[in-house]
Amino acid sequence: MVGETRVAIIGAGVIGASIARVLSRFENLQVYVLDENYDVGGEASRANSSVIHPGHEEDPDNQPLRAKLCTEGNALWRRWCMELEIPVKWVGELMLFERNEDEKEAEKYVEWAHKNNVAGVRILREEELFEMDSSINRNVKGGVYAPTAGLISPFEAVVALVENAVDNGVRLLTETRVKRIVVRNNVVVGVETSKGLIETDIVINAAGLNADEVSRLAGVEPWFRIKPRKGEYIIFDKEAEPKPSLVLHTMPTPITKGVYASTTVHGNLMIGPTAEDLPYEKKKDTSTSLEGLEHLVKEAGRILCKVPPRSRIIKFFAGLRPEPPDGKWLIKAYSQPYGFINVAGIRSPGLTAAPAIANHVLSLITETYGLRLVEKKGWRPFRRQIACVSEMDYDILEKHISENPDYGEIICFCNNVSRAEVSEAIERMRRIGVKTITFDGVKLRTTAGFGKCQASRCKIRMALLISEATGTPLCNIIMKKSSIGVGGVKTLWTQNKESMKND
Amino acid sequence: MIEQKYDVIIIGGGPAGLSAAAKAVENGLKTLLLENREMLGGIPFQCVHTGFGIHCFKEDLTGGEFIARLIDRAVEKGVETMVKTHVLKIQVYSALEKTVYAASPKGFLKIQAKAIIYAAGARERHQYEIGLAGDRPDGVYTAGEAQALMDVYGVLPGKKIVIIGSGDVGLIMARRLAMERAEVKAVIEVLPYPGGLTRNIVQCLNDFNIPLYLSHMVREVKGSERVEKVIVTRVGEDMKPDGSFEFELECDTVIVSAGLKPDVDILEKIGVETDPATGGPVVNEFYETSVPLVFTAGNALVVNDLVDYDVEQGEAAATHALKLLGDYLSPRLEWRRVERGRNIRLIVPQLVSGSKDVVFYSRVQYPEDNVRLTIRETGFEKRFFKVKPAEMIRIMIPAEELAKARRGKITFEVVR
Repeated sequence: MVGETRVAIIGAGVIGASIARVLSRFENLQVYVLDENYDVGGEASRANSSVIHPGHEEDPDNQPLRAKLCTEGNALWRRWCMELEIPVKWVGELMLFERNEDEKEAEKYVEWAHKNNVAGVRILREEELFEMDSSINRNVKGGVYAPTAGLISPFEAVVALVENAVDNGVRLLTETRVKRIVVRNNVVVGVETSKGLIETDIVINAAGLNADEVSRLAGVEPWFRIKPRKGEYIIFDKEAEPKPSLVLHTMPTPITKGVYASTTVHGNLMIGPTAEDLPYEKKKDTSTSLEGLEHLVKEAGRILCKVPPRSRIIKFFAGLRPEPPDGKWLIKAYSQPYGFINVAGIRSPGLTAAPAIANHVLSLITETYGLRLVEKKGWRPFRRQIACVSEMDYDILEKHISENPDYGEIICFCNNVSRAEVSEAIERMRRIGVKTITFDGVKLRTTAGFGKCQASRCKIRMALLISEATGTPLCNIIMKKSSIGVGGVKTLWTQNKESMKND
Repeated sequence: MIEQKYDVIIIGGGPAGLSAAAKAVENGLKTLLLENREMLGGIPFQCVHTGFGIHCFKEDLTGGEFIARLIDRAVEKGVETMVKTHVLKIQVYSALEKTVYAASPKGFLKIQAKAIIYAAGARERHQYEIGLAGDRPDGVYTAGEAQALMDVYGVLPGKKIVIIGSGDVGLIMARRLAMERAEVKAVIEVLPYPGGLTRNIVQCLNDFNIPLYLSHMVREVKGSERVEKVIVTRVGEDMKPDGSFEFELECDTVIVSAGLKPDVDILEKIGVETDPATGGPVVNEFYETSVPLVFTAGNALVVNDLVDYDVEQGEAAATHALKLLGDYLSPRLEWRRVERGRNIRLIVPQLVSGSKDVVFYSRVQYPEDNVRLTIRETGFEKRFFKVKPAEMIRIMIPAEELAKARRGKITFEVVR
């Protein structure tokens, strides 16, 4: 291929967004990101453990690709988080065991760490553990310490990646559902979407849970199916104790990395996930259950000195991990059809590996399709975070208010989010190409509505600000997927009057 | 930076705060009232129903009419107010030196005060606090949210409604939605008795043929984008599903009316002791918290069911502030702790001296007929034909009676 090459990435999750950022570096690539939702990062990327894994839990023999990209991804996120101002903290993790006989199993991870080039992994015993983190249950006998683990805000990571990619020329197309991959003479020529045909030379399938269907649209890997694996999580209020200083978790089982207890980058104790394999067709079932809740409280009780009471829970939710056959990621560039690339079945540690996966995809493109890529001269590596009142020193806040009074108008009383931040979030959503500004999108970008009252005091006022900014009537403002109201207060009177007339 | 000095800062511009402010100014205190929303009035502003002001104005007013009078009164007295002003932090230096840090579009505020009256009200318990499981579709609102949406902003939240919890706001919303021809399918209450006032059960549910399911819970909400239905199940005495009966209700909206919680985070940060029974601060007979000259009133103190009580508590707090500011150097009184005996869920104030008549506000744990409210240590008793958790007991106990309790505590209990 010569001249400008067009690339369409399907899916604006953390994988698609990472690939978009990496590809935005090149002069001769024109990159589109397609997503069927109103906003980016809407599925697995927003509902997970938020952990950047060290890489010592990946089996180097059975899962060599996962092991390699996980370790590389961990290192890359350190730079990316700085460049993009993504909330992250590098706290280290402890995989805890309660029986002395588990030490043998634990040693396996030390060995894997060695093989995967993960630094600093070692086994700690009782006293050393409790000294490191006082929130650990005193029944715990030992643990595998991995100093390179981190905690990230996964949704904000996707937003930052997309903002940066768009800033560097990538175009985002939301509310765009892929219907068909158009292949002519065994060569990809376009993607037919709900919004029309997009002509392209390369299609990258990063469609998360739906990546198996997209792969079939391209006519490859008909055997490949993604199973949704549900994980439920609980979040406690900011004052609830304990607040682990490290990422703590139980020993992995064949299907999960165990139950995690950690203090999120926003300062809340979070526990989870459960692990429940759902039937193939249940790709939208993110329901929670009281059983799941009880299971998590019980499991977390094994590793935490205490679990806060139910009354301190401010939210529970569930996410679906896209589980491929044998847990094997499918990352492959095809020559039949020429130009199609699968980045499918990216289960854990997908979030961790995302930057490394993106680089890997870049090398697949150049190697498989022989592209000679030219670096952009003015490529911008940096992206600024939204300035938030809750993190400002008072003299800084004073300065902000004197320059823009909206910083003094607090909208979310739990997390002290100002009107200026809400406006900025709306503006940024527009800038990346989001067409429908949802309450949910603003909430996730500002943390407004994430406190103790769960938006019961700010929901309407935030919806009003969106209404003002977009000109959409208040009752039509979309919360997550449906509108805040069904019409004016007298709607049903008018409707009934009309139906009476018709009778 | 806006820096000023006041005798008293009142946090919250609802019924309790407005009443406290008017009284404080009347008492000659230099007063500033801070409200974090865009207008004064608090929650009554969004209440189009009547039932307000029966005691304090001897009239049955709507929330709006009622609060307009309180605002007028505060304005007449010359109360200084700031709206859109959110308190970020309180710092206590000594009994008479406190600094309130607040953000407002007018600037960053650093205000000195001798006393603080905290009247920031309560917040609603939401779907996660009551353990509502299932899908998390749009269309789940708290009762107060739905109320504001309809009657402040003119938006109808949905057409087919299920209400969880039979607290007063939920009952009032059931009627309000029914009046707008929404189909209110049911009110679901997990307890074996209703959470709201009897007059609301009659006027809001019975008069509109809305069924009330006691000892039932919503086990699961279903819906992919919008609420589609709820699964209702009967519960046993342990309030867990007993498997005896289960049914589905098709609906597009769920309204959670599961009670209120005093909003005292900012007080907890300055070390104010809280009472797990009320969720609010532990106060003495002056409504003073464990931090000297920090008072509380209204729903931030205890969740009231009559707005008149908020007004009464607000005015009392302002009067107490004047008194304590005058003699803050006099020796502190010795407190008798008010204990909760049989069938008392909560009671305020929690500390009394025995040298002052005290008005107590209390709720029972469960309904009972033909009982006596007694003070164990003094032998005081008063007959009640009926007590129920939904109806707050307000009772004045004279100083002489309280002084009889010598052993450092006063135990209220309900006996047969």
